[in-house]
Amino acid sequence: MTAAMLAEAWVAMGANRLRTFLTMLGMVIGVGAVILMLAVGQGAQQQVEASIASMGSNLFIILSGSTTSGGLRMGGGAAPTLTLADAQALEELPSVAAIAPSSPGTAQIVYGPNNWSTQVIGTTPAFLAVRDWKLAAGFPFTDSDIRSATRVALLGKTVVTNLFGDEDPVGKTLRIKNSPYMVLGVLAPKGQSLDGRDQDDTVIVPVTTAQRKLFGTQFAGTVRFIMVQAESAAAMPAVERAMNELLRQRHRIREGADSDFSVRNLTALANTAAETAQVMSLMLGAIASVSLLVGGIGIMNIMLVSVTERTREIGIRMAIGARGKDILLQFLLEAIIISVIGCLIGVVLGVGGALTVSEVSGMAIVITASSIVMAFAVAAAVGIFFGWYPAKKAAAMKPIDALRYQ
Amino acid sequence: MDGNADAVIRIEQLYKEYLTEAGPVPVLKDVSVTVEPGEFVAVMGPSGSGKSTFMNILGCLDVATGGRYVLNGRDVGTLDSDQLAHLRNQVIGFVFQGFNLLPRANLEDNVGLPLIYRGVPRGERLEHAREMLAKVGLGAYNRSRPNQISGGQQQRVAIARALVNRPKLILADEPTGNLDTATSKEVMALFTELNERDGITIVLVTHESDIAANAHRLVRLADGRIIYDGPVEHAAPELMGSTA
Ligand SMILES: Nc1ncnc2c1ncn2[C@@H]1O[C@H](COP(=O)(O)OP(=O)(O)O)[C@@H](O)[C@H]1O
Ligand SMILES: [Mg+2]
Repeated sequence: MTAAMLAEAWVAMGANRLRTFLTMLGMVIGVGAVILMLAVGQGAQQQVEASIASMGSNLFIILSGSTTSGGLRMGGGAAPTLTLADAQALEELPSVAAIAPSSPGTAQIVYGPNNWSTQVIGTTPAFLAVRDWKLAAGFPFTDSDIRSATRVALLGKTVVTNLFGDEDPVGKTLRIKNSPYMVLGVLAPKGQSLDGRDQDDTVIVPVTTAQRKLFGTQFAGTVRFIMVQAESAAAMPAVERAMNELLRQRHRIREGADSDFSVRNLTALANTAAETAQVMSLMLGAIASVSLLVGGIGIMNIMLVSVTERTREIGIRMAIGARGKDILLQFLLEAIIISVIGCLIGVVLGVGGALTVSEVSGMAIVITASSIVMAFAVAAAVGIFFGWYPAKKAAAMKPIDALRYQ
Repeated sequence: MDGNADAVIRIEQLYKEYLTEAGPVPVLKDVSVTVEPGEFVAVMGPSGSGKSTFMNILGCLDVATGGRYVLNGRDVGTLDSDQLAHLRNQVIGFVFQGFNLLPRANLEDNVGLPLIYRGVPRGERLEHAREMLAKVGLGAYNRSRPNQISGGQQQRVAIARALVNRPKLILADEPTGNLDTATSKEVMALFTELNERDGITIVLVTHESDIAANAHRLVRLADGRIIYDGPVEHAAPELMGSTA
């Protein structure tokens, strides 16, 4: 019986091809938009997750300056309050795995005829461990480089590309602020950070070198921030409390007074960013779903017209023995077929569109089986939901009224 | 013609009114009729006398306002709409003045349509449909569409469709009303054959006395009442005319 009904629905749809096509188009656009938006949204989400994974785990960053007096990122004029001695003291705290005091700055770097302005971070060897950053070539610098403030550097991939091209930089000497530095190694690429900066556009030098020879400072031995890695996620709250206590004590800050440093839980921030990306992705999907809804209303509209047009046919069918539920099924099937075929085409166009977008704009996209399955489920549901009322209306007709209809 | 347990149709004091803007209008008043298996009944009466209303109620397409209608042993008033649909499908074959074929379907699909609602598979359905088309003399037109054949042929297709579920009763409301005299004769010959050879009970509305002459029994309606019910040959000539 359902096979016969399907065949009939097919014939009925073929009888008015242009109208069937236009109705379907609503579904095509709706499903296509949902697939495309989900692909883009999930792509962005995956990119954020990749950035987070590249950040290192269980991380704190301690910044010089209080949060209330200058916000998170202090301007150049603010006095650095954190010192290498602070860092050494922090390292003794329980559950602290690694510590990387850091002094960043910007410098012009020259190699042969090429020059490149980039971020230079003065830090300790532990920085690589804390940030979970591998070397693609060469060796890291060591504690003895820290002690003697040697002029050595590790280069990010972007810097290598811009200064060296295809040349192997390891062992070469380049100039930072006119002083020669030897390239010890090349950092493995990390891609974008959460705030969208290129993490590979970086040069790493020993922290002492940065302080004494590169940037100089009025306050000897100070650093702009300290990165701290806790041993586990569970230990993070205790570590945070202990660090605050220790630093306030060392900086002789009285009870109730503001700290002259601030501790940020980067892992918590990253999780927030991941959640934000997920919400964004859902939002995109939700917005696209509106067009699916509009497509569904289009189906309902056309089915209502179709029921009215075919009232006489409904009467004839009832006169020869169709029950209300047979008529209901007939119209419902038509609505479902339209929405499911529309969905099929929409999936093809949506996937094609997503691939084109990523090709043209370089945006990351992710097409998952679940989003396609979901699109089908929604399309079938839309067909049933919006087909139901017209079909019910057809089924509820009295045979004699339907037959008399002109 | 008194009530009998195995009558095909037993109607007692049937009453029907239509609700109009001007209020309820009675169309059938106190109509009582019994039709036995194998009878061939012609229903006549002037235009507006309630013939179509009567046929629609007999065909379970419409329901009476009052009275009792027992079809094939079942009291129609107690049945729900699905059960009525089942009766229309299995017991009754209805033939309309305007043929009422589905224009988009070919003839074998049209004739096989009632079988869909009995869940008959496609192959068997088409087989039955072709058999019926052959029976009404249209075996060569299985794949034609209704608009490709003449009115008389279309009415024969409608009769084939009415026959496909092997009904006990055929109801025909002015089946020759849209046909010329020659084709009318052919269609009436078909009804006579169905009645005489297959024993199908037939109730048929007509305006024309020579069409009614094919039947054995005449029921004459005027203003919603039965004014004559008896053998066709005994009917007074003025009762055979189309106007009372
Ligand atoms: N649906 C309806 N609503 C109101 N009045 C109707 C309706 N159908 C028929 N009538 C009226 O009922 C009367 C009988 O109609 P009908 O049964 O069609 O007569 P016949 O078939 O004998 O010409 C007529 O007066 C007609 O106008
Ligand atoms: Mg009539």
